[in-house]
Amino acid sequence: MDYFAGIDVGSLSTDVVILNGGGEVCGYSIIETGANSTEASEDALENALAQAGIGRGDLVKIVATGYGRVSVPLADRKFTEISCHALGAYYLFPYTGTVIDIGGQDSKVIRVGEGGKVVDFTMNDKCAAGTGRFLEVMAAKLRVPLDEMGDLSLHAKGEVQISSVCTVFAESEVVSLVARNHPREEILRGLHRAIVSRVWSMVKSIGVNGEVTMTGGVAKNSGVVVLMEERLGKTIHIHSEPQIIGALGAALLARRAFG
Amino acid sequence: MKDLGAPALMGISKVGKKSRPIKPDPHFGPPLKCTKRLKEIMTRHYMLSRYAEGAKPVAWVTSGAPVEVLRPFGIYTVYPENHGALCGAKKMGPELCAVAEEHGYHQDLCSYARIDLGHYFSGKTPAGKLPKPDLLFASNNICQTVAYWYKALSHYLKIPLILFDTPYNFREITDSDISYMVRQFEEMIPVLEQVSGRQFNYRKLQEYVRIGKDASLTWGEVLATMKSRPAPMTIFDAFGHMVPIVSLRGLPLALEYYRTLLSELRERVSHGVGAIKRERKRLMWDNIAIWYKMRDHSSLFAGQGMNFVTATYTNAWAETTPYMDENRPFESMARAYSLVILNNNLNSRLELMERLIKEYQVDGLVIHSARSCKPYSVGQYDLKRLLMERLEVPSVIIEADITDSRAYSEEQTRTRLEAFFEAMEG
Repeated sequence: MDYFAGIDVGSLSTDVVILNGGGEVCGYSIIETGANSTEASEDALENALAQAGIGRGDLVKIVATGYGRVSVPLADRKFTEISCHALGAYYLFPYTGTVIDIGGQDSKVIRVGEGGKVVDFTMNDKCAAGTGRFLEVMAAKLRVPLDEMGDLSLHAKGEVQISSVCTVFAESEVVSLVARNHPREEILRGLHRAIVSRVWSMVKSIGVNGEVTMTGGVAKNSGVVVLMEERLGKTIHIHSEPQIIGALGAALLARRAFG
Repeated sequence: MKDLGAPALMGISKVGKKSRPIKPDPHFGPPLKCTKRLKEIMTRHYMLSRYAEGAKPVAWVTSGAPVEVLRPFGIYTVYPENHGALCGAKKMGPELCAVAEEHGYHQDLCSYARIDLGHYFSGKTPAGKLPKPDLLFASNNICQTVAYWYKALSHYLKIPLILFDTPYNFREITDSDISYMVRQFEEMIPVLEQVSGRQFNYRKLQEYVRIGKDASLTWGEVLATMKSRPAPMTIFDAFGHMVPIVSLRGLPLALEYYRTLLSELRERVSHGVGAIKRERKRLMWDNIAIWYKMRDHSSLFAGQGMNFVTATYTNAWAETTPYMDENRPFESMARAYSLVILNNNLNSRLELMERLIKEYQVDGLVIHSARSCKPYSVGQYDLKRLLMERLEVPSVIIEADITDSRAYSEEQTRTRLEAFFEAMEG
């Protein structure tokens, strides 16, 4: 049987998806990228191969994506994460017309056309506002584990306003809110609101088209998702592992290249 | 509408130095023969400017100012925006901007202004030396920044500033707008007579207006050759070859140069010679060039078989030319100079872009959101969306700056451009 791998080397995590010739996911892995992205891609690939129960020799094609795509010597081809997220989201949710991807160091909104093709897209500018990094910094400041932020914020009775979208300024704003004994849940909700409104301006500039799918690590944050759905006025599709959608798209492109 | 082409001036600093041969890029067609002539003209212009100081009255002029009115007075003109582009291409932007910042100018100020002020404070320039001006001539038809930038220069240099104020065109230009601008021309004549020591000669003005118009029309024809498939030059070439129409406008030399260039380009068209070897896709550029990335970007796109065949920027010096009329020099200049792209409403910009996309058979659009140039960058997201809706032209926005490379992120820009390439290929 032929197998195909997609490797997404992001700023925070490196993700690998292995597909069989029928297009089924038979293995995946998510590890921290760390300081060496070549090593990270090797390790992540080994994990995914082990899960799939196959060897490196069974892979027919490998496609790399993400910021570290250039440092994956194993890859036969490279594609941007924009094309990969669009295709991955389309594959999982075929009525997807809009993809909102909030990753570690950037966020993007993609308009998806027929066959998962990119019609238009926009990305955040050179600033961490509206990215996973923003939440990561705040989680550390508030001493809340990253994966608990969302659920905690859902229990907030009220909400404080975070007026700054700048990560550095928002951090000092959080410091003074903590000093004034504002409940942590309310601050979290305010932070989620801030990230959603930053991303919302990108959504508006591309326009909402068809069903919306969210990808990237931040899609795991229920607090952000709830506020985004509120803004959109519709539910958002989210896969149980939203981080691997880029790698999935890359694996699909590898399979397509072979076909 | 702003400055112009730096690369043509690079020859200056190379005098007496051994230059390393640049490996020819296999994606490009044969180079333009005229480039050598352009280098000669501009090197001479900058060389002469060193001797103009004291011998001739010198004016520093903004790219959109009605310079024809200065010509009858024999005033030598220097364009700080052109000089800024040159500094940008020579990768001196961050250094000169930092000098201005040390003197209290903010990072959000236009980098042409910061480079010019940085040059004023430090004397640093890749052009050898710029002559000290006797006069400053600015028009706010390109932005409001020039008014304050030139006011600062006027304050430091203690010399007169003539500001040609062009009312913004929200809907259409009125008779009172025209007479307001004509009055300004009338008022500046005595100042120009005093600075130059020459009497105003109306006949001469008419002649310069005619020559300026002919040169602009010829520049328009030069650009129009890119309607051919394959286009005989790229917009990156045009960014360089636009220097004379910006900084030698009104002089017979500019007209002569564009006639030579035009015949070379027509020759290429008749023989099917393209600027890039494999022109598969045709693109449009919006906003001022990213001067420090010209070579990289031109190779990147050529490698993809994509050629920029038009730009709102290069077009700005041809667009309103038909209004020029030597029989009504002041009225016609008022109209031509106040209707330029940056002084005109967004609807007219949208219509212009739609027209260029159709006429030049454009497949995709690259929009440079320039941190320096707010009037050019405002509305770009709306224009992008509207063009997508109306013409289904794919486009990409890259955030950068014209000369200050500190505002440029290589990795992010590359990802955006590669995603754009992938989307174009389907």
